[in-house]
Amino acid sequence: MSKLLREVIIGVEKAAKGIYRMTVASAHISSNAVPGQFVNIKCCDGTQALLRRPVSICSVDRAEGKFDLYFQVKGTGTEMLARKKSGEFLDIIGPLGNGFDLDIAHRRIAVVGGGIGIFPLLFLLNESKAVVKRSYLGFRSSEQILLLEEFRQRSTSLETATEDGSFGTKGFVTDLLERDILSEEFDMIYACGPYPMLRKVSEIAEKHGIRCQVSMEQRMGCGFGACLTCACKTYADDGTSHYVRVCSDGPVFNSKEVVFE
Amino acid sequence: MRETDLSVDICGVKLKNPVIAASGTFGFGREHACYVDLNKIGGISVKGLTLRPREGNKPPRVAETPAGMLNSVGLQNPGVRHFIENEIPFLRQYSTAIIANIAGNTIEEYCEMAEILSDADIDAIELNVSCPNVKAGCVAFGNTTEGISEITSQVRKYCRKPLIVKLTPNVTSISDIAAAAEAAGADAISLINTLLGMAIDIETRRPILANNTGGLSGPAVKPVAVRMVYEVSRTVKIPVIGMGGIFTGSDAVEFLIAGASAVMVGTANLVYPDACIKVCEGIEQYMKRHGFSRVADITGSLILNT
Repeated sequence: MSKLLREVIIGVEKAAKGIYRMTVASAHISSNAVPGQFVNIKCCDGTQALLRRPVSICSVDRAEGKFDLYFQVKGTGTEMLARKKSGEFLDIIGPLGNGFDLDIAHRRIAVVGGGIGIFPLLFLLNESKAVVKRSYLGFRSSEQILLLEEFRQRSTSLETATEDGSFGTKGFVTDLLERDILSEEFDMIYACGPYPMLRKVSEIAEKHGIRCQVSMEQRMGCGFGACLTCACKTYADDGTSHYVRVCSDGPVFNSKEVVFE
Repeated sequence: MRETDLSVDICGVKLKNPVIAASGTFGFGREHACYVDLNKIGGISVKGLTLRPREGNKPPRVAETPAGMLNSVGLQNPGVRHFIENEIPFLRQYSTAIIANIAGNTIEEYCEMAEILSDADIDAIELNVSCPNVKAGCVAFGNTTEGISEITSQVRKYCRKPLIVKLTPNVTSISDIAAAAEAAGADAISLINTLLGMAIDIETRRPILANNTGGLSGPAVKPVAVRMVYEVSRTVKIPVIGMGGIFTGSDAVEFLIAGASAVMVGTANLVYPDACIKVCEGIEQYMKRHGFSRVADITGSLILNT
């Protein structure tokens, strides 16, 4: 159950170029959040950066009652968030949205992350009971790479691709998935990243008849389902397509449901 | 110390307090019910309804702007019949006034909805002739005195509930528009709807909203809204419901002083789900501080500089 929360920041630190990690003390989030969910943060009091910023939950520590977030500094709101200090309060709503379905029947999983889409997947790997977990992470360049060790520890294997070839395989992360798709016999593919990546992963999954869950992104107003701004077109059972809310009907959808436009 | 009475009467609709959730920012109350006690809100103007279900516009539908936001949802809603069957029973569990906000492509559609809703368990109808985000109808009726006069008088024939006409600020003379609505049979006026705006991504040189333009709301529009409420409340005799960027009790009191009998809270609901209650508490504190026993005593208490 999502709540309005005022929690204490434990720490904020730079994690990679333009990317920060924030650790927040919250018994409510750490004990209730599931992988794929997010929190919606008011970055400052007052009218600057008016709307909340949705940030996915990267990991939770249930014993210590805290959780980690990673965010990219993109504008005023995230700049202010990056300047927060430990001990300050953070105004958040969460946990929000529907997380990934971690069915134990999925024994062989592929985790495909692109850029800042990798963070909820670390939480997923922590919680997943799958026997084989293959991680594929894509970045624009080596400067944006982070959390590789954490991913490696929680995966059966880890491979990376960079668009400029500065680290790992040169090219797209979806090339790696495509290469392995026949030999690995995955039961489920989990993906989070930019729209073109999600579309490609969905196509690959569809082609090979593998179930796939994608975490969609869209500009949000409220984050809890009231304003209807974060629309995503999905297929209904009767084959018609309709706009649903990314924030509260998603952000995780079965890839077959999503109308990639 | 006199007792503070927050209740107001808007064209026969009794509200326990003068704070109403503005249409389009509160859905049908379900999402906010997780965070706030809907019993504590004066009224809820529900998401804009159309005769048939409506898909709405392509995303992105929202862009943040300085002290505000642009939206272009395009009246996505499940249709008036779904509202009557599924949403009214939910809302009626709470003691808060239900205002049905309606929008149409044609005058006939507005009239049909007004007729259907007149038999439904709601407290008032709010005529949305000011949505800037749909191509046909809607704002086209609201931006001329002739248009507003025609639609208000036609809907009046079918509407057996108190009729609130919600005005667009995208006009030259808001007083003329309000006067036309009053003369044509409106029981109350609500204003302002959003101001038509645009935000551009300079890297791609494309508007951020898929619909290119959208409606501006939030604190950025508040001074425009206060001025318009001031002008309209001096022109018409019917009650005025003021809105536009209200985030705090102080913001709301500004509207009341300018001439509003009640206020609507919109964008703030998206940022702070409990905004309506906080605004209401702020109004109460102001009343105590200034010795006002009734909200109506604040309404129009503006002292103009000479």
